[in-house]
Amino acid sequence: MSEMLSLDFMRNALLAALCVGLVAPMVGIFLVQRRLSLVGDGIGHVALAGVAVGVATRGSPVWSALLAATLAAVLIEVLRARGRTSGDMALALMFYGGIAAGVVIINRAEGAQTGNLTGFLFGSITTTTRGELILFAVLSALIAGTVLLLRQRLFAVAGDEEYARASGLPVLALNITLGVLTAITVVVAMRVIGLLLISALMIVPNAAAQQLAGSFRAASWWAVGLGVVASVGGVSASYQLDTAAGGTVVLLAIALFAVATTVGSLRRALARARHRHAERHLHEHGPGCGHEAVSHGDHVDYLHDGHRHAAHEGHYDEHAHGPQPPPEDSGRVGHEVTR
Amino acid sequence: MPVSTAPVLELHRAAFGYRGRAVVTDVDLTVHRGEVLAVLGPNGSGKTTLVTGLLGLSEHLSGEVTVLGTPLARLRDRTRVGYVPQRHTLTGGVRATVTEVVTTGLLSGLPWWRPPGRRERAAVDAALEAVGLADRARFDVETLSGGQQRRVLIARALVARPEVLVMDEPTAGVDRASQLVLAGVLHRLGEAGTTMLVVTHELTALRGIVDRIVEVESGHLTFDGTPEGYAVHQGELARAAGRGPGVLSPTADGAVR
Ligand SMILES: [Zn+2]
Ligand SMILES: [Zn+2]
Ligand SMILES: [Zn+2]
Ligand SMILES: [Zn+2]
Repeated sequence: MSEMLSLDFMRNALLAALCVGLVAPMVGIFLVQRRLSLVGDGIGHVALAGVAVGVATRGSPVWSALLAATLAAVLIEVLRARGRTSGDMALALMFYGGIAAGVVIINRAEGAQTGNLTGFLFGSITTTTRGELILFAVLSALIAGTVLLLRQRLFAVAGDEEYARASGLPVLALNITLGVLTAITVVVAMRVIGLLLISALMIVPNAAAQQLAGSFRAASWWAVGLGVVASVGGVSASYQLDTAAGGTVVLLAIALFAVATTVGSLRRALARARHRHAERHLHEHGPGCGHEAVSHGDHVDYLHDGHRHAAHEGHYDEHAHGPQPPPEDSGRVGHEVTR
Repeated sequence: MPVSTAPVLELHRAAFGYRGRAVVTDVDLTVHRGEVLAVLGPNGSGKTTLVTGLLGLSEHLSGEVTVLGTPLARLRDRTRVGYVPQRHTLTGGVRATVTEVVTTGLLSGLPWWRPPGRRERAAVDAALEAVGLADRARFDVETLSGGQQRRVLIARALVARPEVLVMDEPTAGVDRASQLVLAGVLHRLGEAGTTMLVVTHELTALRGIVDRIVEVESGHLTFDGTPEGYAVHQGELARAAGRGPGVLSPTADGAVR
């Protein structure tokens, strides 16, 4: 570990991985919410064309990639807002055109050797320069700050665009903002995991977080935590195991997803076993419903035919204390929980 | 409640549609403060296009539309018109709590840099109390029943204290326990003087709440009057249909224009 940290390029690599692990899931949760999980992939394809132009003109591939990705992201939102069915085809043309143009231009500029091309497609974290690292850190701070400021509005628009529009939120502006954030994330992640695998780090930690969290807020933080573990852990592992960093990061994220799914379903099974619903409950309790309310820890139980009923998700739970009425006392099939 | 004689909604020869194509045309309608309207009509009749037009979701193509005294195109503060859409997913592809969903109803009333604070949380609690969901505030909306989810949408519309509430099929596909609570919620809102436009198929669920009925068929208003008048209108239609095989014109007897 200390040997790894003593290497200059590995320190840079780990810091870059930290940036990516933080911001990719932060932006990705809104893509998952909009059911546009693959859009990051498409923007990555177009970014390759930008990289190629940078390489061919001996300029900076990072800046040209940023420009291409941002333009693509804005165009996607404009096409989506127009809502034409031909928009889908236009996106396909743009995505495949981007990657094809990227490959052709890079090969033309660099001859037959495709080392550089592979580096951009699958990541080449150890070649990250100090200047690039600073740029990535600044861009990551920009992404994180914007998401933290606008997360509720992005959540509202991604969750129910029609309602957001009716309530007067600037829907197109927020969608374009999310698109630009996605584009910047793609470019920041380009060195660490490569343009073909970027989408995975935006999506997979969020898929895992959805298994563990019960609210949007909690899910966002879980996703960031899992993203950092996957990216920093993956880069360290790739050094120890001498494997490709980008692929290792993504495989680790998928392994975390598998663990989260298992933990999530175990937890749900345990919760099911530990409590019973009041079945066929055709009444909704509330203030003035006619049943006495008694406080019970952090919630209220309603006394209902000798049972204590507490709201849980879409049903009522049986919360029992003291003597239990005989089950044939009511038509309800309900058991008691001990909490 | 401030007594105001100015109508809440005033439509004169208004047409609404999508992509420049009119779906509902020639609508004359005046709604006063505190009125509760049921908007009836078969699927595809244009009733949803009409009410969503008032929210800026379908295009206002011609005629005059005044909402709360302001021409529709110049209505800045959209939170004055609350909207309860008919839909099945509330949050897209992620988990979110009831509170998180209801809070989104307040966002457009806040400056863009300001996150919801203590005052907004109190408003959310009050809205949840009003729809009987206070004890389910922290649960994932996807785990709630259909009727409870519908009430989440009503709370989201109520949280910004709108002057008019537009609801699209609030009682469709709702279980009986929720149906009762929902009717109670709508009743209380009506009592409190909230102006409501309720698109619906099920007039029975709204008995005693609605005081005016508007019927839309094939893109035109074909009835506008009291519930009693509507029963008469329907009886006439049934008789006319029973009398002969002729196709009934949508603007047949009973239409008030
Ligand atoms: Zn009760
Ligand atoms: Zn209890
Ligand atoms: Zn009960
Ligand atoms: Zn339960």
